[in-house]
Amino acid sequence: MNNKSKNKGVYLDNAATTAVDPRVLKAMLPYFTKQFGNASSLHYYGRDALNAVDLAREKIASFLNAKTLEIYFTSCGSESDNWALRGRVYAPSKNKNKHIITTSIEHPAVLDTCRVLEKEGVKVDYLGVDHDGYVSLDDVKRVATPETTLISIMMANNEIGSIQPIAEIGEFSKELGVCFHTDAVQAAESEDLNVNNLNVDLLSLSAHKFHGPKGIGILYIRSGVELSRLITGGHQERNQRAGTTNTPLIIGMASALEIAVNERAEYISRLIPLRNYFIDRVLKEIPFCNLNGGLDRRLPNNINLSFDFIESESILISLDRAGIAVSSGSACSAASLEPSHVIIALGVGAEKAHSSLRVSLGRTTTIEELDYTIYVLKREIERLRGISPLFNVEKGVGSYV
Amino acid sequence: MYNKKILDEFAQPKNVGALADANGIGTVGAASCGDIMKVYLKIENDVIVDASFQTFGCAAAIASSSVATEMIKGMKIQDALKVTNAQVVEMLEGLPPQKIHCSVLAEEAIKEAIADYKARSTN
Repeated sequence: MNNKSKNKGVYLDNAATTAVDPRVLKAMLPYFTKQFGNASSLHYYGRDALNAVDLAREKIASFLNAKTLEIYFTSCGSESDNWALRGRVYAPSKNKNKHIITTSIEHPAVLDTCRVLEKEGVKVDYLGVDHDGYVSLDDVKRVATPETTLISIMMANNEIGSIQPIAEIGEFSKELGVCFHTDAVQAAESEDLNVNNLNVDLLSLSAHKFHGPKGIGILYIRSGVELSRLITGGHQERNQRAGTTNTPLIIGMASALEIAVNERAEYISRLIPLRNYFIDRVLKEIPFCNLNGGLDRRLPNNINLSFDFIESESILISLDRAGIAVSSGSACSAASLEPSHVIIALGVGAEKAHSSLRVSLGRTTTIEELDYTIYVLKREIERLRGISPLFNVEKGVGSYV
Repeated sequence: MYNKKILDEFAQPKNVGALADANGIGTVGAASCGDIMKVYLKIENDVIVDASFQTFGCAAAIASSSVATEMIKGMKIQDALKVTNAQVVEMLEGLPPQKIHCSVLAEEAIKEAIADYKARSTN
């Protein structure tokens, strides 16, 4: 949809990415032009940049209740996840048998990396989830041993927003003495990231999911955790992650996290009612649809619905033509024809997975935007069901057989 | 990803719905794969006098169904059997690589519907 002339787009794809907050942009700008030094240089320009990076690192550490030197900057959430997994597998250890425990609903950054590591001889257990998308601590206990190399479980799912019992799993991991990683990329805006309350050893974040810039992430690494390097080269990040220090984006990430933490309570209290309003209305006003994932432990901005008898990409394109941006399944699978592995993991069948639509709200989402979206959604669902061979318009019923 | 022609065809597809007096019906694909295309033909003296479709699928599948049914209206069945997916792609002014299979479904659905017609007429 070309919005240039109208400029009234409704953006409901905040789980894919968010707009940079103007305050974040303002904080970053001087570091592109005036304070452009290489933080590794010894001269004034370098010291100036290093000083800013040190402050940003301290700030981020404080929001995670971590030590400053436990924060490592990376290029994105995928790199942080790769580093956590590969770094643990390749770390020197007496135990030659590598074992990872993860879930079947992780982001591809974890799942695809696990599949590659399996080819290298690593044993990987992929834990299932219940109908609502939750992992059970008992399942973790069933497969974990003191020799397990790493447990990696996402804090909140990117497609259905289910929030996992990270603190409980972390407590168990700690008692067992097994390293525990969480991909918290989707969780930063609404969830407490205190690494000591969560009992995590490794935690991934990505700035662009909470109104920071793209191209910057962190991996929190608890002191004492043995992790091999992923990116080799220069001595940046205490010799653990090579690559010129990305000063402006680091400043942006710290600023974005500060705003997210300060505005978290307001964000949660505003978005949960909006989310529930949308879900309630759609379930009531559109027949043959259901919510994917549970409601009790769910991200405040996540809505994922399946509309029976029609395929979700056709809904997405129809909404796009009306200026509304949503996602089918996950943005990562938009170029592939495979149905969402997350919806499949809920045990609802491939048909429901092909019909699933993700609507992810954001800081600026209004009830008027949601009303407009529901209006267009109703119209387009009816239109597309009128085209579908699975739906009988006269009788108003459908069937997959 | 989609060009204007595909988007327009998807927004206002032609020949939508079941044909009450169809004498050849072809269904290809499966809901579990995310695509079902059902083509209805009304054939008189081996000429396709009317054609319609019902499709469960993406925008490209719906657009492919629309142009494919439009193409074969008025064709002799032996000519309709020669319609290829490449012609459907051409009518749509190009399809993204991962959507080429939608045009293949259209070609197959037409062939299925004609086979159904032939099976009915020999019975």
